[in-house]
Formats: sequence, structure tokens, C-alpha cells
Amino acid sequence: MDTREKILEVKHLKQYFNVGKKDEVRAVDDVSFDIYKGETFGLVGESGSGKTTTGRAIIRLLDPTDGQVLFNGRDVASLKSKSDMMAFRREMQMIFQDPYASLNPRMKVKDIVAEGIDIHHLAKNDKDRTNQVEDLLETVGLNRDHSSRYPNEFSGGQRQRIGIARALAVQPDFIIADEPISALDVSIQAQVVNLMKELQEQKGLTYLFIAHDLSMVKYISDRIGVMHYGKLLEIGPAEEVYNNPLHLYTESLVSAVPQPDPEFERNRRQVVYDSTPEFDGKKRQMVEITPEHFVRASEDELDTYRKRATDAGLKPLI
Amino acid sequence: MENADENILEVKDLTIDFHTYAGTVKAIRDVSFHLKKGETLAIVGESGSGKTVTTKTVMGLLANNAEVVEGTVKFRGKDILKMSQKELEDIRGKDIAEIFQDPMTSLDPTMRIGKQIAEPLRIHKGYSREKANKQALEMLKLVGITNAEERINDYPHQFSGGMRQRIVIAIALVCYPEILIADEPTTALDVTIQAQILDLMKELQEKISTSIIFITHDLGVVAGMADRVAVMYAGKIVEYGTVDEIFYNPQHPYTWGLLNSMPTLDTAKGKLESIPGTPPDLLDPPAGDPFAARNPYAMKIDEEKEPPFFKVSDTHYAATWLLHPDAPHVEPPVEIKRRQEVYKERLQEGTINQGHIHSTGNTTFGTDDDDAIGE
Repeated sequence: MDTREKILEVKHLKQYFNVGKKDEVRAVDDVSFDIYKGETFGLVGESGSGKTTTGRAIIRLLDPTDGQVLFNGRDVASLKSKSDMMAFRREMQMIFQDPYASLNPRMKVKDIVAEGIDIHHLAKNDKDRTNQVEDLLETVGLNRDHSSRYPNEFSGGQRQRIGIARALAVQPDFIIADEPISALDVSIQAQVVNLMKELQEQKGLTYLFIAHDLSMVKYISDRIGVMHYGKLLEIGPAEEVYNNPLHLYTESLVSAVPQPDPEFERNRRQVVYDSTPEFDGKKRQMVEITPEHFVRASEDELDTYRKRATDAGLKPLI
Repeated sequence: MENADENILEVKDLTIDFHTYAGTVKAIRDVSFHLKKGETLAIVGESGSGKTVTTKTVMGLLANNAEVVEGTVKFRGKDILKMSQKELEDIRGKDIAEIFQDPMTSLDPTMRIGKQIAEPLRIHKGYSREKANKQALEMLKLVGITNAEERINDYPHQFSGGMRQRIVIAIALVCYPEILIADEPTTALDVTIQAQILDLMKELQEKISTSIIFITHDLGVVAGMADRVAVMYAGKIVEYGTVDEIFYNPQHPYTWGLLNSMPTLDTAKGKLESIPGTPPDLLDPPAGDPFAARNPYAMKIDEEKEPPFFKVSDTHYAATWLLHPDAPHVEPPVEIKRRQEVYKERLQEGTINQGHIHSTGNTTFGTDDDDAIGE
């Protein structure tokens, strides 16, 4: 019996733009996945795959064309009143990719971090507000006296810490991190990833980690979903998806990641992916090939995937 | 072949200051390196380490507030720093070309791509429009744009990011430059596209035998592209060697930190080893080793005296006091020890790419007489 508690259920999510027009874009097309409480779900894909749009639809920055997003069992699209929306935003927060563009350069750090506190009236008085902000700065590894400075006085990694402190200010359960480390230097990336992991343990946070850097996603995530052309092609435990990808697209993605190992690089053979089968019009759905490991497949492809799993030393279901 | 190679570029004792409102930024401090014909030298470092400024100097593209305090940049024996604007213009784009990071902003959005590729030929080689266009078309095919005949008259916005970067590469290579500077050429691209572009660069390098200076902070890319690697930190080169020497036998704690902070294929769950802190402020660089404040292996001397380069092999040098014969023995991080084991094995197999180890080389640390330097 599965005892894990689902915090988020995405069901057949569709996010189209310019619906009905000639230039209709199906940015997210029939995407379904669950995220369990306390885990990190990595959503991977190349630019244009729909991973960011999925994140934005989940947090209701977009109104989905079709499908459902259930957060703690409640349909996010059903939130109509301002108070419902406010309550939802307290539970779900976002960390953005670009720490330069996502902090208002004309606001002091304390006002940036306290914005959520102010909007949700979480501080009893000025002293409490200052205290909360300074505690948050400390939590993310900055100094208390940084609160009176402006964003331009900080490096990229420090700014991303400010962005994290802002997200934490309203004590959310669920954080969507959209490429939170892509703009940072390697040595700083590790710092931010470590911080996010620590915070997760301390506060029992659940993360949706959106990224294109597979090696980092594999490292931080419990489970990974792979998106391509608006569709989710594969979901599974992080290690298994990375080491034994079932879908050919995932395999080509993994094979393209450069490794800091010259000998490996000299012998690397990149798997070329041909996307034409994705558009052959066959009916496909997510099928569980090995426990917890799903791939988007049509009926006649199932045997191929089961064979791939067997060849990789996994035990296919059925 | 190794020793017969001529140095096409020699940078010596380069020191550059930037005069800003906040004060003088000591961006480049005493940087020396050379580039051999046909090889790829990767310069690795964090933002602000000076890698881009170094290449801007080579291109003669320093900002107005930059001052070359010292040093020479010799291209085919002639000092670029002493050249007139006219001389520089003759070299730039013809003998030394650059691929920039962002393919979205390095193309002219209002000019057909064919014209942009043909432009260097018209300017530098005085080709007729027809002849230049013909060669531009050849170049476009060479960088793998399908339907080149039709697409040559398209505008940049009609291409994807990866295709645009191919066009940028075509422009840079159309004059068959002797040196190609690639400043984070694939950072803005997806991994699968990145792999294609890197393969393309290697292929073209062989075809036109150009030398490449590759600037990046992605060590995975470096491992695949570089023949030699220079690691920069706070405006200085702290370690350089062949790609195998840097990845399998790194000596500087900063190089250790960089390699250690990347999750590899087999990094288990747990904590990533990050480098604590942030790089020093170059308005007022610290005395001694600039990495000392972030270095868990720092000794007292690191805060007082800047380490000179210690020789590890003929091709491998590192500026860290840990290589001093009197330095105490330290245990590198686990991942680094794993790499050094690989190095030893490969060395025995003879499959490592390096220069000869000198008998006096400091590949081993002195274990006795530790107190000469002390903690």
C-alpha cells in the first residue's frame, strides 16, 4: 500500500496559446504527473518543451486550457475569490531563474523579502517584521545587516539566496524553482543546491525543480519527468531515468550531457534522436513499464520498452 | 610534433587595471600563456575571474577605462598592444575572430544572413559581391544549415538559437582565421544543440587548422574540447596543464573545488561539495594567495605571500604553496583522490596525454619536515 501523500496532482493539463487561430501553440499538451509530499520532482526538457509553462500553469500564473491541477486535493482553477487565491499563494511559492531580473533594483533587501509578509499581514509590528526578515536572511546564509542594502550590492549567488528568502517568507509547503541555478557559476550552483536541500529537510518542503541541466537535476531530484514538444515522455525515479532511460529522447538527452572527464568525452557517442514517431498520430499514454517508471507509449511500442527495460537489467511489470 | 609546434600567440606578464568610480579594479594580474597552432586552449574560471577580459585584450577590444599596466600579447611575434587601430582592424575578424556567447544579440537583425557572412570577405579580402556570396554559401553549408541556397537570404529571426550560433560560427570562420576565440559559445544553448555545435567546432578546426581559445565555466565542455587548460581565479592563472593533467592530476585547491562541486555520473545523493564564500573583491585584492579565504587547505603563508608557479611536469604548473617541498602533506577531497588514482593507472598504461615528468617534479608532497611552513 502506498503511504505517500500526494501534494500535487496534475491531470491531463493542456495549456494552449492563440487557441483556434492559425498560430495556435500547444505549449503543454496532455501532461499528467503527481508530486508527493516532501519530495523533489525534477522537470527536465529543452527550451520550448513546455516545462516552464507547466510550472506557471500549476501556480496559476496562467489559466489552463484544459485539465486539472489539484493542490492538496483542491482544484487550483476553482480558486475564484481573492481570499482563496491569497491562501493558495501562501502555500505555493516560486524561485526564478534570473536573480538579476527577479529582484526590484530600487527596493531594499528587507522590503523585497518582506513583500509577502506585508501582503499576507504576517508581522505583528515593525519589530516583528524586521526580525522575521533578518531570520530569513540568516536561514539562507546571508548576514542580518544585509537587509538594508540594495540588490546591486550582491553577487548572483547571493541574489538567488535573497530570492529564496522571499519565497520562504510566507512559509510555503511547495516551491516551484524554475532553473534556479542556471545563471550561476559552478561553485555557486553547488552552494545554492545544498541550501535548497537543507531547507527541504528543515522545513519539509516539496520542490518542483525545473531545469535543463540533467546532471544537477538527477542529483537533486527524487523523481524526474522528461518533457519534449509539450508532452511528458517519461517519468521515473531519478537514478533510473538517468541511468536506464526508456524513451529514446531521454537517452539522447542524457548522452548529450558533457562530463568533466576527458577520457569519457573522447569516447562519448551521442545518441541522435529522431522525433518523427512523436507525430505519427498514434494514440499514446503513460504506461508503467517497471515499478514507478512510466513512458509515453502506444500499444504496439510496449514490447519494445519492456525489452529495453529487461536489457538494462530491470524487471518489467507483467 | 609536440615540440615543433610554433606558438601562434604568446601572452606575457599581462596586467590590466580598470579605472572605475569605485576605484581601480585589478582585473588581470600577471597572466602569461601561449597558444600553439591547431590546438584548443580552454580558459576556465568563475565570472569576474578575468577570462573574458583576457580574450578582449587579444582582440584589441578593451574598454576605454582599461589600462594595460604591463605585459605583451604577441601574435605571430608582433605585439597586439602596440598596434594602431588600423592594424588591429586588419587582424580582427580575419586572423583573429570571435564567437560570442549569445547568438540572439551577436547577429544584426536587419541584415540577411548571407550578407553578414560575406561581409568579412568583402572588407578584409576585397572580394567582389558575387565571389563573397559564393563563399558565404559554401560556409553556410559547411556549418550544417540545410537548404543553404534558400536560407542564405533569410533574416536571423527566422532561425532557431542553435542555427543562429552556426551562422555566428560561419561568420567567424569565413576568413579562415588563425585564432578563434569562443567565449561561452554554447552556454545559451540546449544540451543536445550544444553537443552538435561542439562537434561542428572540432570538425571545422581540423578542416581549417585554426587554434581555439575556449572560454567557459562548464568543465564538462572543457573535458571534451580542450588540449590544454588554464584555470583562472581572481585575475590570475592558478594552474595550467594538459586536459588530462588538469582533470586527473589537479594540484591547486581551487581546481579541486571546481571539479568537486560538479555532480558526476556517479555522485551519490548527499551533500555536494561546494566552495564556500565568494571570490575576492578585485578593487582591493588580498595579499598572498587570492583563494586563501575560501581554501580549506590554506596555510599561514597563503595569507602573506603569493605562491609562485611550481612545476608538476613540463606541461603542468600550479601556483599553490602546497607544492612547496616543505609543505605539509594534505589529503585532497575523495573525488580528487579518485581522479589521481585514474591518473596513476593511465600513466602506467601510457595512455595519458602529458609532457614528460621531471625527475625533480613536485608530484609528491614532502611528508617529513612539515614545520618549515606550518599551518
